[in-house]
Formats: sequence, C-alpha cells, structure tokens
Amino acid sequence: MLLIEIDGKEIEVAQGETVMDAAQRAGIYIPHFCYHKKLSIAANCRMCLVEVEKAPKPLPACATPVTDGMKVSTRSAKAITAQKGVMEFLLINHPLDCPICDQGGECLLQDLAVGYGESASRYQEPKRVVKDKDLGPLIATDMTRCIHCSRCVRFGQEIAGLMELGMPGRGEHTEVMPFLETQVSHELSGNVIDLCPVGALTSKPFRFSARPWELSRRRAVSPHDGLGANLALHVMHNRVLRATPVDNEAINECWLADRDRFSYQALAAEDRLTRPLVREGERWLEVDWQKALAQAAGALKVIRDTHGAEAIGFLASPQQTVEEHYLFAKLAQGLGCENLDHRLDQADCSALPGAPWLGMSIAELGELDRVLLIGSTLRKEQPLIAQRLRQAVKRGAQLNVVHAADDDLLCKVAHKLITRPSGLARALAEIARALAEAGRDLGAAAAAVAGVAVSDEARAIAASLLSGERKAVLLGAVARQHPHRSDMHRLAQAIAAASGATLGVLVDSADAVGAAAVGCLPGPRGLGAAAMVAQPRKAYVLLGIEPYLDAQDAAGMRHALQASELVIALSAFKGTAQHYAHVILPVAAFAETDGAFVNMEGRVQDFRAAVKPAGEARPAWKVLRVLGNLLGLDGFDYDTAEAVRRAALPEAEASVRARLDNSPAAGELRLPAAADGLERLGETPIYQGDMLARRAPALQATRDSENARLCWARGDLIERLGLAEGQPVRIVQEGGESVMKLGRDDRLADGVVRIAGSHPLSSKLGPRYGAARLEKM
Amino acid sequence: MSLNVANHKVCSWTQDYDQPASLATYTAHGGYEALRKILAEKTPAEDIIAQVKTSALRGRGGAGFPTGLKWSFMPRGYAGVKYVVCNSDEGEPGTFKDRDILLYNPHQLIEGMLIAGYTLGAAAGYNYIHGEIFELYESWQGALEEARRAGFLGKNILGSGWDFDLFAHHGYGAYICGEETALLESIEGKKGQPRFKPPFPASFGLYGKPTTINNTETLASIPWIMRFGGQAFLELGKPNNGGSKLFSVSGHVNKPGNYEVPLGTPFAELLEMAGGVRAGHSLKAVIPGGSSAPVLPAEVMMACTLDFDSIAKAGSMLGSGAVIVMDDSVCMVKALERLSYFYFEESCGQCTPCREGTGWLYRIVHRIEHGQGRPEDLDELLRIGRNIGGNTICALGEAAVGPVASFVKHFRQEFEYHIEHKKCLVGA
Amino acid sequence: MLSPESLARIDKEVAKYPPEHKQSAVMSALRIAQMELGWLSRGAIEYVANYLDMPAIAAYEVATFYNMYDLAPVGRHKVTLCTNLPCQLQGADKIAEHLQARLGIGFGETTADGRYTLKEGECMGACGHGPLCLHNNHKMHTQLTTESVDKLLDEMK
Repeated sequence: MLLIEIDGKEIEVAQGETVMDAAQRAGIYIPHFCYHKKLSIAANCRMCLVEVEKAPKPLPACATPVTDGMKVSTRSAKAITAQKGVMEFLLINHPLDCPICDQGGECLLQDLAVGYGESASRYQEPKRVVKDKDLGPLIATDMTRCIHCSRCVRFGQEIAGLMELGMPGRGEHTEVMPFLETQVSHELSGNVIDLCPVGALTSKPFRFSARPWELSRRRAVSPHDGLGANLALHVMHNRVLRATPVDNEAINECWLADRDRFSYQALAAEDRLTRPLVREGERWLEVDWQKALAQAAGALKVIRDTHGAEAIGFLASPQQTVEEHYLFAKLAQGLGCENLDHRLDQADCSALPGAPWLGMSIAELGELDRVLLIGSTLRKEQPLIAQRLRQAVKRGAQLNVVHAADDDLLCKVAHKLITRPSGLARALAEIARALAEAGRDLGAAAAAVAGVAVSDEARAIAASLLSGERKAVLLGAVARQHPHRSDMHRLAQAIAAASGATLGVLVDSADAVGAAAVGCLPGPRGLGAAAMVAQPRKAYVLLGIEPYLDAQDAAGMRHALQASELVIALSAFKGTAQHYAHVILPVAAFAETDGAFVNMEGRVQDFRAAVKPAGEARPAWKVLRVLGNLLGLDGFDYDTAEAVRRAALPEAEASVRARLDNSPAAGELRLPAAADGLERLGETPIYQGDMLARRAPALQATRDSENARLCWARGDLIERLGLAEGQPVRIVQEGGESVMKLGRDDRLADGVVRIAGSHPLSSKLGPRYGAARLEKM
Repeated sequence: MSLNVANHKVCSWTQDYDQPASLATYTAHGGYEALRKILAEKTPAEDIIAQVKTSALRGRGGAGFPTGLKWSFMPRGYAGVKYVVCNSDEGEPGTFKDRDILLYNPHQLIEGMLIAGYTLGAAAGYNYIHGEIFELYESWQGALEEARRAGFLGKNILGSGWDFDLFAHHGYGAYICGEETALLESIEGKKGQPRFKPPFPASFGLYGKPTTINNTETLASIPWIMRFGGQAFLELGKPNNGGSKLFSVSGHVNKPGNYEVPLGTPFAELLEMAGGVRAGHSLKAVIPGGSSAPVLPAEVMMACTLDFDSIAKAGSMLGSGAVIVMDDSVCMVKALERLSYFYFEESCGQCTPCREGTGWLYRIVHRIEHGQGRPEDLDELLRIGRNIGGNTICALGEAAVGPVASFVKHFRQEFEYHIEHKKCLVGA
Repeated sequence: MLSPESLARIDKEVAKYPPEHKQSAVMSALRIAQMELGWLSRGAIEYVANYLDMPAIAAYEVATFYNMYDLAPVGRHKVTLCTNLPCQLQGADKIAEHLQARLGIGFGETTADGRYTLKEGECMGACGHGPLCLHNNHKMHTQLTTESVDKLLDEMK
C-alpha cells in the first residue's frame, strides 16, 4: 500500500490506482466529463486537472497514477484556474439552449458550469453549429451540444464490442457520428444516452415529454431476460415516461439493454385491457369484475365437474412475478389439476429435479477463464450476459461455441462447432468423446458417445476446457427450446463434470427460476406445455401469454385453443385474445404491480408498483386470489404481495436456493440422430420475447426487429433452391405455412433456415425446430 | 569530404558527391562500417548507449531530449517484441532538414535505425514519412530494397544471426503526427491523436510494445557517433550540446536552404551562409526553432549562438533548428494570423483546451488583421493562451500559444496600431 | 471495386505489419484506392475497411483526419499550394493570387471542365524551396514563379 495526500487528507492507495480512483474512494469529488469508471481512460476533457506537488503543470486526475507520498490539491488556486479555464473552453461553443434541452436538470455540464463557469461568456466569435445525426429510433441527437468526451465512442469499442459511432474529422470539426448513412443497431446502444454527459445524445422516445425534476423515480426490476437488471422508472402523472439503470455491480453494473430501457413504452399500448370482457356468442361484453370473475370461476367448475380437472391446462408466462407463479400453481393444484407449465416455448418439458439456474453468480461470469456456450443466440437472449463474457474474453478467457449459427458475438471465439440444431447434441457428444479420449471420466454418458468420431474443433474445445481454472459450460435458449433438450443437458453435464467446469443454464426469462422454484410446473401425472398443445384440453387458463406467439408450436397451439371449450385469459393486453378466449381478465402490467422476480442466479428482487394499473386492470396476484376464493379453495387469503411471497418462499432466498439444481432429467442419454433436409432455427427474437417488447414502438422500429421479419438462409442454399434474396418465399412446415421475405445469412449452419419464433409472421408455422420447406412464390 | 571525423557534416556530407543517395556512395566512404563492427564484435548494448550518452546527442526533432537517456528507458529484460520508430514526419513550418537526409543520405538513416534496433533489442523498425514528401517515401523504400539486397536487412544480417527489418509508413496530411504518440496511433491505422503520458512509449508504444522513437537526424547521427566515438561528436559541438546540426533557413534570406554547422555556431554566421537578408531590407525578427518556437527580435537573435542553451536563455527554443527569417517588410499581425491558422487547422481535436482554444486564438488574430480588432483583444489572447498552455495532452497546445504570446510580447505596438487604425503599421 | 494491381499494392503494405494489425495499412490502402478511383467515396472507404477487417467508421475517421484524402470528386489535376509562413514570406501569396486568377476558381474549388482543383495546403516540409505545391498529392514542384506555374498548368492536360 502507498500513502498519498489529497486536499490534506491521507489516503491509502494501491499501486496502479489513479488519483481519480483514490479521490472517489475518499469521497473527494473531482469534476470530470470523459472519465467513466467502466471505460478506458481518455483524459481528453481536461476537466479533472489537479495540482500535484512537484509537477510543473496541472495533471489530469483520471490518468495520473498514484506514487508514494504524492500530494494532490484538487482545490488549490492552480487547480481551480485550470479547471475554470477548461470549463470556459467547453462552454464557448456549447449552445445556451438549456431551456429546451432534455438533459437540462441532469446535465453534468450544466451542474459543473455552476461551480466552475463564469456568469457571462467572453467569447465574442461565431459559435459552432453541428448537423444532427440519425442514429435510429432510440437515440435522439443534438450534436451542437457535444463536448467531444468520446464516452459514446469508447462504449461501442469497449463494452458493446462494435464500433458504430466514431469521431471523424479533425480539430474543432470533429463530430461524433455513425458511418455515413448507417444507424446504430447494437442491442446495448441506449447506454450512450446515460453516458453522454450533455444533451447531445438523449432518449428519442422520451424526447420533450418531461423535465427531470418533474419525474419521480421508482425502483423496478426489468421483466425480460433472466438477468433482472435494476431499473429506475421515471413517472409523471401516473405514467412511466422512461427507464434508466440503477447501478448494481452484481447484476447489470451500470448498463441496461435497450429492451430493458425502452419496453416501458408498451404500458401505453393501444390494446391495453382496461375492463373485463366476456364472450356472449359472437359478441364481446365489457362487464364488471364481479361478473367476469364469477363467470370464469363458474365455467371452470363446470369443466372440472364434467370432464375432470385433467381436462384443464394452466399456462403462465415466465415473466410474471414469483407471487403470481405461486398463486397460479396453487389455483391449478387446488382444482386438482396437474397440467401446469410456464415453459411454452419448450419442446421437451421432461421433469427436472430442481430449478435450472446459472450455477454461479452473474458477476462470476466475468471472471471465467474457459467457457463453452451451447445453443445460445446470446447477444439477443441476454445482451448484458454477452457483455460480461465479452469482458472476460478481453481479460483472456477462451470462449468456445456450439451453435446452429456462427453469429458474431463481438468478441474473439476460441473454437466453435456450427451445426444444424438437430446436430447440436452430436457436436456435444464429440466434445465429450474428446474428453474421454483425454482420459476423463464421462460417467453414464460414456457408452452413448463411445462410437462418435471426434473432429479437430471438438478436440480443441475439449483441450480448451481442460486448461484454465474457472470454467463454465452454459446452456442457452436454443438448447432449452430444442426437442433434444434433455440429451443436450445430459451431455453438457457430462462435459462439465469431466472438465471440472460448472454447468450453468442461461435462464432467459425474468422469473423462470422463480416459477420453477415455486412449482409452476406439471405435477407427477400432469402435462407439460408441449403436451397440453399436442393433447388439447377442454379448457385453458392463460396467465400473461400470447399463445400463438409464445408456443413452441404455434400452429399446434392454435389448433388446441380452437378445439377447447373454455379459455380464460389473464392479460394486460388484448392481442389476439378475442380469437380464442371466452373470458378476458385485465391484469396489471409490469410496473403496475408489487412483486418479485427470481433471476438466473437465484436472487430474489422485489419491487413496488410504480404506477396504478391501466383502467380497471388489477394485479394478477389479486385476481388469482379472488378466483381461488370464488372456487372455494383454501389458502387464498392474502392481503399483500409480500404475504404471498412469504407463503411462496418461506425462507426467502434460501427457499429458492434449496430448489436450485442443474441436474438433467432422469433417464439415460440417447444420442439423437441429426435430421436430413431443411431444418428451422426458430429462436425468439430479442424484441418478441414478451408482451411488452412486442408493443414498444421504438424497439419494433430497430434493425433487430426488421431482421426478425425475414426468413434467413445461406447464400448457397438460396442458390440451390433457385430462390432470390429479398424476394418473398413460401415456408411450409407440418401444420402450417407462411410467406416471408428471404434474407441471406452465410453464418448459418448448413441446412438451416432461420425463421423467428414468437413472431406474428411465423405464428401459423409449426415447431420452432421442426423440418421446413422453402418454396418459390 | 567524406564521413570523416574531421568533417563537421555529420548528416549532409554525401551532398558533396555525385549520386549522394546511392548505397555505393555511402559504402565507399565508410557507410555501414559502424554496423559491421558492432555485429562482428557483438558490442554490448550498454556500451553503445554509453557512447550515445557521451556524445550529448539531443533529439533533433524539436524537444532536444538526450538520446542516450531515452534509449536507456527501454526495458532490457522484456521478452516480447520491441520496436524502433523513426520520426520523419517533418511538418513544422520552417523545418525541411529530414527531407534532405531522406533525399541525399538515406543509408545513413538506415544504418542508424539498424544500430538503434540492435541496441534496443527491437524486432522491426518503422520510418514514418511526412505525407507531402511522398516521393521520398518511395525513394527511401528503394534504399531499403538496396540495403536488403546487400544483406543489411532481413534475416541473419551480415551473417551475424541477427534478424531485423525496416519499413516505411507514410503520413497523409496531419502535422500532429509529428508528435511521437500521435505518430504511433497513425502507424496503428488510426487518427493521429496523441496519447496521454504516462505510460511512455518505452513501456507502451507501438501496438502496446516497448518502443523508442527518434527523429531522422538523430538516428542518422548514430553511425557517425559509433564510428568516431561519442567524445568526438561531443567535441564537434559544445558541452551538453554535442555534435553538428542541420539548420533549415527559410524566409527572407538570399539563399534559403539547409546548413549543417556545429552547435554553438553564432547565428550571424548562419545568416551569412544563407546569403544574408535581402538587399535593401534589414532583419526584423527570427523564429529560431520552427513555427512553435517563440519569435525573437533581430537584436536578440543576433546575439545568440545556435545551441539549445543559448536560445533557451534568450526566451525561445532551438527546436528542430528551423530558422525562419523575417525582414522589415513583414507585418507581424499577418504572420501571426497565418501561424495561428496553422495550429487551429492542425489541432487534432481530442482535448478541450486545444480544440476550442486554437480556434479562439485564430479568430481573434484574424479579426485584428482584418481591421476588426478591439483594444481588449491582446490581453484576451494572452489570457486564452495561459488557459491552453500546460493543460493539454500534448505539446501542440503550447506550440500554438508560443507564437501568439511572443508576437504580442515583442511586437505589441504593431498589433495595437492594427487595432487602432484598422490597417498595418508596416508600410504605413 | 479495386483493380488487382491496387489490391496487390495494398497487400504489399499489409505485409509490413504484424498479421493481427492489418489496420496499420489503412492509410496506404486509402491512398491506393484514391489513386485508382480519383477520390474516396463512401463505398470505397467501406470496401477498404472490409478488406482490412476494420469497422467502416474507423476507416472513415482516418479518411477525414488526414487532409490529403479527397472525400469528394476533384479535378484531374489537384494543385495544393502551401501558404504557410515560410512559403508566404517567399512569395506564396502572389502564387496563390495568380493561380486563382488564372484558373478562375478559389481554394477548395474545381474548374468547370473538371481539369483543375485548387487546394490550400499546410507545411509540406520543404520550406527552403518555397513557394511550392503538390500535384495530385505526390509530385512536388518547388521554387514556383508565376511563369513556372503557367508552364506547369499547361502541362497538366
């Protein structure tokens, strides 16, 4: 440890720290713009100039390493003169448009100008004007305000891994911009809004809608992927007007994915349900809650009494709160029904011994040395997990990939096996076999992979996993959704065990861990989601889902619902519910209810409603409670979400931890054969995973959303089939067909057509990973 | 006169011969002998550095940093790749000496880079050549080919078992790349924006590897030093100012050009060699070390000798040895306007004081020159200058301020006349 | 977009640098592209960036930072005159006036027939030989007089 002095205060510091680090730890504020704790040092704004004893010139605190005995003054006459000088330069070309600037009130330049600026400018020359740039639907620009701190550029290079913004030009003609007419498209792009210390980059959807001091900030947890990013919702007049990150180093650090940031827009969607609806013949009636609930409960009872409880299916979205998952399960069980699931997008719903989870903390991901990523379109599933792994790779970790598309992860991939979805299990078998050849014990999996021929890449992946200290084998959403899930899981477990790695599941929904932990799963004799589709029920109770989109087999789901006698939908949005439902109960959306999510590392994060539900909508947990009461079930007398949570998780997080288990389903590994012919890769696109993202206009206007509307194939396949890129093509699957525009993606595995699941354009198609045919129109 | 201990022309001697740039001319007069000897005798690196230290060779690019000391900063035990880089990005107004080395004596630079590479344990070297002298980029590459064919470059140089190669990299119109870390960024294929220091290039240089960067003339002086010894070089000049130096004389003299004279030579002698000021005019002012150096009035300059210490004492800098001579026909406001524009135009834009301040300075001087000056402008110029100087990432900030402060200091009445009468005092 | 000859030239430049630092050749590659195409269009910059495996915006940064790259079409003969102080003292102002009067264009402009473009340059590192200019970036003409400038312009067809 070294000892330095800042403004007379003695501070112990470590070798390699900067004056800025030391000052921040000691609670001494040094003004700055370009410095950011997560970005490389640029030292370009010069605002943090301080006086260092024996240094002839003021030094930038952000870039000056500490030395033993160093004496720093941040407030000496010399330091203040330098800081004020810099402030004057920053302001001479900065417009005085604070009154119409969205950053006003939360602007670093504005704040610091109060302390370091003069009341009037001495600059008498013409001021600079910079043309605004079109960065796409998420980020608004007022580039004349830019102070060239380069944070946004460094963010792209260092955190996003993709340099979309640069600073072309020289001298005072330097401008932040994307490459000529392109826009930014990265899934983390919105973070530059927070990083920009001035009003040059601001939120486009939020633009001009409120002043920061008019907004109250309410803490929330992002309801999308399994990360559980911490949010602040900014509320005015009972409306959420924007979302910003809340720092949590253990989870989202200081970042948000664009999905977390902009999905609040859906709260104002046109198809919000505000009153209960019941079907009467072909007509829909708006009714009061009492009538709707009575009708729902009555109709359910009739089905149970006539056909038995097994004639009902309960399907919940994994993005509901843990309290709702608990009550939903309790309702099903109370009716004696074991057909209950939250895994609608999953083809193989075999029972697992526990709740799958990350297997480690989120922060530990960044510390890994070796990773095998299996069946994950990671950037789009978990944008911030991709970021964590990117930082690990930068640190020297080896990232190995087994997937059906060689998507650009924006970091170095050590080795990869890219093969069609039905070949993924075989690829894993190769790696397992390579481990066996290296003398590792594969346990029960040994026999099934004994005859597998090992490719060089598989051997390289095995070798990679056999080196390094901290390692993980991670299963992604494609591995989870795929019909070969259980076998992939078994193989992954064998690989992890044989290589000394931790097996982790990249849980991709906000409360999937919670849902599993509180038993929102089929009972011993019950049907899972896929079986409830394959073997249609007489009645369905749907919680927060859009079945035609969420299902593994959209066409099958359509058929099942149309064949049923009763569908009760608890939903915040109308969607297509009137096609299949008989009773529609409007429930509170994200931000409108108290509750908690259990994230992928098993952390329970609770939150309060930030705004009141739309219209007469009520929190789902309250609706479920009343339904329970009306059905005469015991144990539905909760007054608060906390009370439900106490019942669901009596030992709080410990109750979750007791359920965490990444063991695969019981049964023996059987190596599935890879299919012939064309095969669909039907991932859930980044902005189609839930009702909110689907209804956020800004997200729907992004390149990612555009890409999800296309059917993608490799150039050689397009040519072989005599098709043309950019032209409509007919997609035929068992159970349904659809027409989409054809796109070319040479990074796909051979024999793969990528057609998004969870998408209106594919909602008449069959299984997400089933056989598919492309036909010329 | 050849490459000869009695010849004070350390870098310009080949110009006394036909085909000065050819390998034959160079080797016929002792060229590459120093390298041969070092490789044959496996001279320890510390002995070479000791000779360079003895020579009191100071960087010829402008900063005048002792070369031997700079070389000693390179990590010795470092296991990875290291680099030697030559800075031929000569774009400081008034400076055109490195151009003549590339043009007339390319092999001495190659030999100097080879010795530097050997001494510093470098794997390769790059010579960054100013974009506007593109013809010399091509001709120097030709010299490299010649040297490679003769066995001086590549694998197993002169049978010594030592591998080393040299490459040329060209600029394309950016003065700032003469700043050594901007130059490294430029070689890496980026905008030439200076890096903050520390870390210095000796620990984090090209591609993040330990790197030594020297000026063309500095490196070209090395073969002479190794052949005749550091002491002989020191004795060419004066203590703390070893050797001869090329002085680029431009402006109002009868014979503009490069003149290599021992450090410590009186300025008056150099002026005479350059043919003196034009007939009918008298010397008014001199910028002694390239446009960044503060201007000195005639009488101050005439009392100076040409070495780092004498000119520093007079309030300016020897810099790159670029002597811009101005006679009594010069309007100092107009001259400053052009220089201020240069720094405004060439500021890389990275750090605030320089990006914003150079434009502010230029615009005020421009107003004064165009009859729109205000009485408070001169103090404002000095105030702005004080806020730039010392507060920037690299020296361009100070370089922009140097002319402004010195022009206003020494020729204030001319500026005041401009402001008051909205026209020029010269010729009025 | 570029001829095999140009690509071969770029490859030669790439070979100067460590294999993982292809980007180092971007200045040369842009220069070579400009020599073939006359100026650097968006497509040309993107092409070079892809060829060197670097982000297009990073190549664009380089193309806009160094002022010998032309980001808009120029005449067949681009004349860049240094007007910096030493050249100014040695008569560059007069040459500038003469060039502009003779061609009927100002700095930064191109003659209507597309034959000449006039640019103002910064120090080219040959001050003792001023006034001086560059012809199409690479050929330097020194000690200019109004007569020698006229001759030079006539030779530029």
